[in-house]
Amino acid sequence: MSSEARTGPPGEPNHFRRFGTLWIIASLIATPLVVVLLGPSLPPGKGSEQAAGQVTDNTVLLGMATPVLLLVVLYLVYAVINFRQPKGGVLEGPAIRGDARLQTYWIIITSALVLSLAAYGSWRLIEDNGAGSGSGPTPLTKPEGPVMKVQVIAQQWAFTYRWPEYGGVETPHLVLPDNQQVELNVTSLDVIHSFWAIQLGVKADANPQVNNIAFVKPTKLQTFEIRCAELCGIWHGEMFDHGRVVTHSEFETWIHEQQVKFAAATKLLPPYSTTYQPEPKRRGG
Amino acid sequence: MAVLGALIGLYIGVWVTNFPKAVAAGAAPANSEGANLTLETVASVGSKYSPTHPSWVSYLIRTGGHWVRNTNWSVPANSVVHVTIYQFDTPTGLRNPFLAQVQGTVGGTATLDGKPFQTIEPEEASHTFAIPELGVFVPLAGVPEEAKHPCEEAPCEPSTFDHRTITFSFRTGKKGRYRWQCFVPCGAGWYFGNGGPMQTLGYMDGFVNVV
Repeated sequence: MSSEARTGPPGEPNHFRRFGTLWIIASLIATPLVVVLLGPSLPPGKGSEQAAGQVTDNTVLLGMATPVLLLVVLYLVYAVINFRQPKGGVLEGPAIRGDARLQTYWIIITSALVLSLAAYGSWRLIEDNGAGSGSGPTPLTKPEGPVMKVQVIAQQWAFTYRWPEYGGVETPHLVLPDNQQVELNVTSLDVIHSFWAIQLGVKADANPQVNNIAFVKPTKLQTFEIRCAELCGIWHGEMFDHGRVVTHSEFETWIHEQQVKFAAATKLLPPYSTTYQPEPKRRGG
Repeated sequence: MAVLGALIGLYIGVWVTNFPKAVAAGAAPANSEGANLTLETVASVGSKYSPTHPSWVSYLIRTGGHWVRNTNWSVPANSVVHVTIYQFDTPTGLRNPFLAQVQGTVGGTATLDGKPFQTIEPEEASHTFAIPELGVFVPLAGVPEEAKHPCEEAPCEPSTFDHRTITFSFRTGKKGRYRWQCFVPCGAGWYFGNGGPMQTLGYMDGFVNVV
């Protein structure tokens, strides 16, 4: 676009400047409003340190996306109002022949946006020990202090949980103590699943023969929803459960009840391992 | 064009609303409350019940004096359902031994051939009866491989063929539709044993409609 095209023919306002001013003002007003008003209510809530961090991350993303969205929407409205065909006239718009300066700005600004988000995301992943995501069998960083291990075992179509620090008992539901660093060791006995504890901000793929570690520190007494987030067969949509975050004393009571209730099954379990190669293979092949 | 549109609409309408009719559980005997479900598990459902997949493993339900291939059952809400399963299949084994323990039944137990049990050896499981949302998990022990009178194809009559008899009761709560499924990877020849009859309504999974 030549500078003549940008300024237009004589008598025509400088649309570039006019629209740019409009967009900057709208962005300066809308972005803080969106961050302050919408930010705190963004998912997944503040049920854990990781979930609270994700709320912050989502707020940052929303804050950066707001001016971009405004640019597109405002320009659409601006163009409809200012550049529509006059009644009875059949006019051609000015030929666009490129604008090196505009293209340079475009590349620099969009690259800066994307690269800064990539840098921010990488920093958040490291700083928050994976930020609730599965970090593979050897996470780059680990939280300091005592960590409670819980194994999440996925199979078609249910999650169960194994507790290596409590005699290796396995339970059909997940209950976690409040304000406790937890190391979730996620694996699968058959196909690929994904363990998603929504309000805790945890999502980790459950792969057979792989131990996928995610860290979480619950900070709110609540019931949270667990779902499989990887299409895994006919009952994928039914592969859900409700977990609970309780006080430490309630947790101790609960886990000891589970040890008694499932004592018979515990005797049948293989020794605790980060992954399992389950039998049988006779039917499945 | 309008006729074609109407036909497509009709097809979609029928497809969306078409759901297998539920078989109602039978009434419990006069001296007990609730309802009765009488089921059997067979290694091959046979061409009489499934012309397209005669070799598939399947559950059948007893209703009106006949075995029927229908895995969509209705039971009364807030009541006790007494289940009897005649198990004609051989063991496959549980992938997760945790499910070898009976869970969610009245008293936390079931009976196998008349004897109460809480667990079975995981590798002896042929199937399970499980309603995860109601917390019901019952492992079903298999007929030994060396059985003299195995049933090759449904219908299998307990009076004629070797089988295991499993009984248990569970309580229903509020009304709703709950899936049930087998947790043993018994889909022979399928990926991880969980394809075919394990992923097709009408064989090794279905719905318990609490009404």
